[in-house]
Amino acid sequence: MAKLNLEPNIASPDDFYEALIDMHRDLDEGASAKANAKLVLLLANHIGDLEVLREAMAIARGRA
Amino acid sequence: MLKTYVQPRYDYVRSPDQSAAAPAHHPVVIIGAGPVGLSAAIDFATRGVATVLLDEDDTVSVGSRAVCYAKRALEILDRLGCGDPVVERGISWNVGKVYFRDRLVYTFNLLPEPGHHRPAFVNLQQYHFEEMLLARLRALGRTDLRWMNKVVGVDARGDLVRLEVETPDGRYALTCDWLVVADGARSPVRHLMGLESKGQVFRDRFLIADVVMKAEFPTERWFWFDPPFHRNQSALLHRQADDVWRIDFQLGWDADPEEEKKPERVIPRIKAMLGDDREFELEWVSVYTFQCRRMERFRHGRVIFAGDAAHQVSPFGARGANSGIQDTDNLVWKLALVMAGKAPERLLDTYDEERVYAADENILNSTRSTDFITPKSGVSRVFRDAVLELAESYPFARRIVNSGRLSVPAVLHGSSLNTPDAPGDGFAGAMVPGTPAADAPVGREGKTGWFLASLGRGFDLVLFASQAPLTAAQADAIAALGRDPIPVATRIVVPQGGGLASAPPGCEVLEDVEGWLAKRYDARPGTCYLFRPDQHVAARWRALDAAKVRSAVARATCNDQAAPARAGRAPAHA
Repeated sequence: MAKLNLEPNIASPDDFYEALIDMHRDLDEGASAKANAKLVLLLANHIGDLEVLREAMAIARGRA
Repeated sequence: MLKTYVQPRYDYVRSPDQSAAAPAHHPVVIIGAGPVGLSAAIDFATRGVATVLLDEDDTVSVGSRAVCYAKRALEILDRLGCGDPVVERGISWNVGKVYFRDRLVYTFNLLPEPGHHRPAFVNLQQYHFEEMLLARLRALGRTDLRWMNKVVGVDARGDLVRLEVETPDGRYALTCDWLVVADGARSPVRHLMGLESKGQVFRDRFLIADVVMKAEFPTERWFWFDPPFHRNQSALLHRQADDVWRIDFQLGWDADPEEEKKPERVIPRIKAMLGDDREFELEWVSVYTFQCRRMERFRHGRVIFAGDAAHQVSPFGARGANSGIQDTDNLVWKLALVMAGKAPERLLDTYDEERVYAADENILNSTRSTDFITPKSGVSRVFRDAVLELAESYPFARRIVNSGRLSVPAVLHGSSLNTPDAPGDGFAGAMVPGTPAADAPVGREGKTGWFLASLGRGFDLVLFASQAPLTAAQADAIAALGRDPIPVATRIVVPQGGGLASAPPGCEVLEDVEGWLAKRYDARPGTCYLFRPDQHVAARWRALDAAKVRSAVARATCNDQAAPARAGRAPAHA
């Protein structure tokens, strides 16, 4: 009953990846960690569904 | 020591029980004359039950300790007859502000809607609070309050509880049918009985300073994360009565509690916070750590634990004294019915069921606040700061900011005492069975008053009527319910500007002057709500049916089955 979309969903994966790495340009480790945390919070709010978020967290932690 | 308060000393008075040949017997003994024990004793007294209240000290709280009394606790105090002095003496507030570093990131209002008698919170020093409860207790005159009576032995193995009590005149013994233990977080009686309260100790230390100063800050709760005056830690400011302000500084686990209490350490911290120019005097200082924990069960046969003795939380959220007062609100009517032979003993197991549920809710909220205020790891701190930075611009992040989720009463959703809604009744809104009654302004005999104040001490039925007179069947049902062994008193609510041509005798008519009552209870003509003696919704229907009301009262008092649903508990083997 997975609700998390694990199929390819980003039209231009290379553009996305470049943007993600670009977001961290010239940031030191602390600032990068903060930027990542903000990104997670913003995207989590956009998704909203806690079930989806929990699934993603489980995969991210390596439990799935 | 305190500059604004002279600590009263109450005389130890030798009780005739101390000279009795055999241990004197009392139906109810309460241990601990703090906010919880006093509330319990007053509640018993208002129900005509005499109690003995034992306290090991001879005064009220030393230092201000508990500060914030929540709306629901104030409503309970109103029922006990001491809400007014507490609210008049205290500082009412509804608004909280959260700062991150040097910027305001978030303002919240805990009571944004009008039509409530009591504010979200009243701040008052604990010693004032206890003095007001003591005054009420004395006025009721049914409590035998014994200062300097320290319980040193408890034997709860038999059909009654035997206590060994130490006084300045030596020891004496007492017996009672029921023992209510409200002797605080360290609970000597819990230890005497070999019982534990288990949970989590938080590795952090906090400095509490009460200072006297003239300041025109608005009466709001101000909380700082990482402020310029106290870097990398948090701080909290609350106003109390008599120009006393409570300041709470997070110190971290490595702080030395004895060093941090010294004025030469405390005063510079406060000066940094207030600015060097402001004059203030230090009133009281304490350094504390905190725990979130509870006993596995609050009822042990004839011994019942309440307040911090039973469960303990961090101070962020003001869930300590408030939940303890709610414990007594839940317990006393049940114990009074059991003592009167009108309900079986297992009604007391529902105190355990309902208040353990509430304690778990408080512990969960308190633990989550603590995790936000005291991040336990580097990454936890990064997320915390990210939330605070986003909160300044984005409303979604403000809802994640947690500087304490302030005390609201538990909704007893799954309680076995609730009668579930009939599927066809289609109720909307918040007032599901198990919810504490919401207040609203009402007209009574031409004057404007409050809905909660119009509820009684027993079971209340509130019937929403139209302007038309009651039917004969309704009037008969109301009269019959009022004559039941556990009587149900009926209040009739009429719409704004409405009035009943004739109300049944003994039936109070309330006018829903601003329409809040019907709105909050999703009521239409014919709707009725049954409230328990602690003002929680027991059941509700779209039409009055005396048989249904009776079965809901039976269910809410465990009188609905001949045999216990669960195995009855054996007397405690302490």
